[in-house]
Amino acid sequence: MKVAKGLLYTKDHEWVRVEGNKAYIGISDFAQEAMGDIVYVELPEIDEEFEQEDTLCAIESVKAANDIFLPLTGKVVEVNEALEEEPEAVNEDPYKNWIACVEMADESQLKDLMNAVAYEEFLAEAEEE
Amino acid sequence: MENVKRTPLYELHEELGGKIVDFAGWALPIQYTGISQEHHAVRKQAGLFDVSHMGEVLVTGKEALAFAQYLVTNDVSTLSDTQILYGMMCNESGGVVDDLLVYRLAQERVLLVINASNVDKDFAWISEKAKAFDIEVENQSDQTAQLAIQGPLGEEILQTLTEVDLKKIAFFHCQEGVTIKGRECLVSRTGYTGEDGFEIYCKPEEATDLARLILEAGKEKGLIPCGLGCRDTLRFEACLPLYGNEFDDSITPLEAGFSFFVKLDTEDDFIGKAALNKQKEEGLTRRLVGFEMAKGISRHGYPVMDGDREIGFVTTGYKSPTLGKSIGFAIVEMAYTEMGSEFEIKVRKKQLPARVVSKRFYRKNYKK
Repeated sequence: MKVAKGLLYTKDHEWVRVEGNKAYIGISDFAQEAMGDIVYVELPEIDEEFEQEDTLCAIESVKAANDIFLPLTGKVVEVNEALEEEPEAVNEDPYKNWIACVEMADESQLKDLMNAVAYEEFLAEAEEE
Repeated sequence: MENVKRTPLYELHEELGGKIVDFAGWALPIQYTGISQEHHAVRKQAGLFDVSHMGEVLVTGKEALAFAQYLVTNDVSTLSDTQILYGMMCNESGGVVDDLLVYRLAQERVLLVINASNVDKDFAWISEKAKAFDIEVENQSDQTAQLAIQGPLGEEILQTLTEVDLKKIAFFHCQEGVTIKGRECLVSRTGYTGEDGFEIYCKPEEATDLARLILEAGKEKGLIPCGLGCRDTLRFEACLPLYGNEFDDSITPLEAGFSFFVKLDTEDDFIGKAALNKQKEEGLTRRLVGFEMAKGISRHGYPVMDGDREIGFVTTGYKSPTLGKSIGFAIVEMAYTEMGSEFEIKVRKKQLPARVVSKRFYRKNYKK
């Protein structure tokens, strides 16, 4: 299972890449693998505002709809529209193909996230269970 | 996964990289390489499924056929030896206890093939109803493994492993004592994918070897091992119902739109017949339809809406791998069942438009 360095992770297997006061959100390799063939990405709308832990959007695999949670309170400023045409890109490279970018309202929330090392440990523990 | 049963093929699934999930209390692969790829393999070449979790109940005795006729909605009396029939077992109020295949192996020997999730419930039901008949019923589920080879090249592949001329096993017929590389099996030309194919019933201890032989024999023809994920997308496209989705104890076969398998005009009685007759006379208040959506994907259980009013629910929804469209089945009020009717599906926070289309999303490709 690939875990990209330099990103932050949630227990729900989203990743966050911080650029200034913006946070790019995607799903981890573990998440795309677990979902299987992704057939549709339901993107949030620009300017939509979310609280920490809100459902940001959904990713549909062949089998099921999977909610994507936003780990940080903020406002959507960008969405990766390319995924509307090519949702399978998330399977191919989940770290390159981000889903949405939010302007963070409270950067102190970043401390709630795991770094790559902690996430790897988290995955290893989950594996043992 | 604790308290989950394993089929005889469990080790093979792991070896082949199957993604194992808990399915109705069984540890089975949802997929190996991917649902879409496996789905297309079955439509174009062939796929091998482990369906050992399915239940088998053998009914023997003088009144075996009479009992089957009383138990299921379809007309068992039309069967000849080695012929198979699809039907439902209903409760007295017309709800579906399970859907099943009835194999007339011989005059006094009938095999019922039932859903894994319902084996205990079904066996209790069958045993209770059997008391009034001169028969023996035996739950053979644990002594029976089952493989399904499905797809247009299924016959060609399986034929390389047996002396029996598979062409002589007609659609919805079976043959006992078919020797596949020395292993004796019951083979039927049935399936749950909309493609031509065979179900192979064998001894649990021989199942893994048989699966390996089939995988090897079909490798160059594009046969791959398939999981339960594509089994569901395949059966759905072919308008084959799934128990717990299209019908259950509270949904009658008439409401589910499978009245073809309910023979109300025969003289013989079956459990639930009176209730179903009454429902037919009074007229249905809801029925299963197929629908298509331009945007979004529906899933089992999503509400069907007309504005603020809930008018039904989705029983199965997918983005169809074959058609590339978002399609589904829903049970809706009768006013919305006409072809072209419009309603909305509640997909998470949004209500997305849907339109009623034919349920026959995919034209079945059986060899008859």
